[in-house]
Amino acid sequence: MTDIAATAPAHGAEHGHSHAHDDHDHDTPGFFVRWFMSTNHKDIGTLYLIFAIIAGIVGGGLSGLMRLELAHPGIQYLGTWAQALGGAQDLTAAKHFWNVMITAHGLIMVFFMVMPAMIGGFGNWFVPLMIGAPDMAFPRMNNVSFWLTAVAFVMLCGSLFVPGGSGNGAGTGWTVYAPLSTSGSVGPAVDMAIFSLHLAGAASILGAINFITTIFNMRAPGMTLHKMPLFVWSVLVTAFLLLLALPVLAAAITMLLTDRNFGTTFYDATGGGDPVLYQHLFWFFGHPEVYIMILPGFGIVSQIISTFSKKPVFGYLGMAYAMVAIGVVGFIVWAHHMFTVGMSVNLKMYFTAATMVIAVPTGIKIFSWIATMWGGSMTYKTPMMWSLGFIFMFTVGGVTGVVLANGGVDTNLHDTYYVVAHFHYVLSLGAVFSLFAGFYYWFPKMSGRMYSEVLGQLHFWIFFIGVNVMFFPQHFLGQQGMPRRYPDYAEAYAHWHLISSYGYVIMGVGMIFFFVNILYSLFAGKRAADNPWGEGATTLEWTLSSPPPFHQFNELPRIA
Amino acid sequence: MTAMSRNAKTGSLAALLAVAMVGLGFAAVPLYNLFCRVTGFGGTTQRYDPVAAAETPKILSDTISVRFDANVSPKLPWKFYPEHPTDTVSIGARDMAIFIAENQSPHPVVGTASFNVTPDAAGKYFTKIQCFCFTQQTLKPGEQVRMPVLFFVDPKIKDDPDARDIEEITLSYTFHPVDGDKNAS
Repeated sequence: MTDIAATAPAHGAEHGHSHAHDDHDHDTPGFFVRWFMSTNHKDIGTLYLIFAIIAGIVGGGLSGLMRLELAHPGIQYLGTWAQALGGAQDLTAAKHFWNVMITAHGLIMVFFMVMPAMIGGFGNWFVPLMIGAPDMAFPRMNNVSFWLTAVAFVMLCGSLFVPGGSGNGAGTGWTVYAPLSTSGSVGPAVDMAIFSLHLAGAASILGAINFITTIFNMRAPGMTLHKMPLFVWSVLVTAFLLLLALPVLAAAITMLLTDRNFGTTFYDATGGGDPVLYQHLFWFFGHPEVYIMILPGFGIVSQIISTFSKKPVFGYLGMAYAMVAIGVVGFIVWAHHMFTVGMSVNLKMYFTAATMVIAVPTGIKIFSWIATMWGGSMTYKTPMMWSLGFIFMFTVGGVTGVVLANGGVDTNLHDTYYVVAHFHYVLSLGAVFSLFAGFYYWFPKMSGRMYSEVLGQLHFWIFFIGVNVMFFPQHFLGQQGMPRRYPDYAEAYAHWHLISSYGYVIMGVGMIFFFVNILYSLFAGKRAADNPWGEGATTLEWTLSSPPPFHQFNELPRIA
Repeated sequence: MTAMSRNAKTGSLAALLAVAMVGLGFAAVPLYNLFCRVTGFGGTTQRYDPVAAAETPKILSDTISVRFDANVSPKLPWKFYPEHPTDTVSIGARDMAIFIAENQSPHPVVGTASFNVTPDAAGKYFTKIQCFCFTQQTLKPGEQVRMPVLFFVDPKIKDDPDARDIEEITLSYTFHPVDGDKNAS
């Protein structure tokens, strides 16, 4: 992807040109060693980004199939698809395939698209560059993380083709609740899906250890914690969330496996267990997990807003510690995902209040982004448009989040499309917008070529309209009582479901511009300058060439 | 300290933290059981230990109705029912309920019972002195057994704003087969 031969070490002035040439011959390994045994943080970051794009195509394609089925009441296509994958020719198998699709869509988007792109992709590429480090602390462990993630993805895709209860594949939902996932799903599919989660979780834990060590120990002289770019702060907080949350998921799903295969009864009431325990453990992981997906996005957006407003971020320390606060409070609100399991009023009151507290640090962030733009000299380049879109979408999703935080209101809206609309506004539109923002912002740095501004703007506007047409009507469906995870619905919901499906088509058209843009820019894009964004881009990665040399900062930069 | 050993130290500390969290994940199982027993969460009943108990409960003039509910897993060929479907007891007074189980199959069958009470808020005050929960019962073909439950309703129920208006508590038992291969279903 990147053209290393063109990489003159423009900033390694102390190296002579011939010396640099030797470096290149010496340091750039052959294709197989470079991409399959990589220890270079930029190469691993690139691998993660390619992986995330592929997983995103699979996960996004699945949602396309789901919107097609949901466009009209009744079950039109599920049977055909289930049979195409080797399922039985009956309605049960068809409905099971629906569950398999929602499960695969959720798991792929969370574990194999957003997390690898945010943390593995941009985190690997830019954390070392931004703190002035030559590489990650444990380069080989970094490689292990990537390949574990890849194997986990293959494992999950493989589960689609083996029996999982009433049809092929794991149809448990991404939450893998017991008893559906234990006594309710006979066959190896759910075991494979659980094992895939184990591998992806192990990969993320190793990655988190790597980031924490890198950020604590490998900052360039003068780069104190309170001078670190906000993106690095966001990855640091995320790494701690990963380290504290994922092991709990590992424990919870290990107990699922033993319940399934070895006769234990952790989640089985007939042996004195309790299925609700699984929900507690899952959401103790699951709620921090949603911040794991969005915090690096906060970091990316902070960099971009500052760059394109030509101003430092307003309230830098407040921004950094708001992320820390979100991370800490994120661990004590998990039961708001399970208000309907029969909690006492006092417990609901606590979880409602604690959840609403999170709106305070989040509000600080939104306020500070707006205050950064206020009075700034703004340019509306593609990355900035995606960031503005992010702020808008995330605010909408945040507001519906405050609605859902109420234990009483949630009793009515639990497991409806209102919840679906809420979490797609914060993730599919929040996290994904920040991913696209980061992609366009750093594309010139990563590839050495400029993207097409026209195609980028078209991508943004069409995608923006598409996702809003797709997800906004789902608020109405939810308030009218449309439950999530159903392939069929009453006639009354047909209107907004059809409009929602049209939204998917618009979004899909937008994505065509994205892929065309990547291909066009890689092969015919203008060469990017070291710093294409001008005086607003002040972080260290812009002091290097575009793309950066294979090994950077042999001479550590000094931060005044 | 060299950069390498500093990294190794930070990395190991972080790894240790992850391992501790795995441990905490598994520790959640006994902790959750403890939590349920202490708070009566989800209708978990209390156990009475006459040796450890500081004082015998005071008997109040208020009465409460207790309804007995018996269920059998479809996989267990038993008949299972309470001798009397309801009982009215004074709060604080001991009462005994009899459940009757009968094996209707031509084979000896092992079963075990799970239980809870509703409303959930009453779990904290429904105290069992003796019962047959989670002990395996083997019934020979055609055998009928009478299983006693000795219980009382803790008078503290009248001090709890969430539970003092409860007029009827349902004690529910469900018998499941014990067969070692529960995945056969």
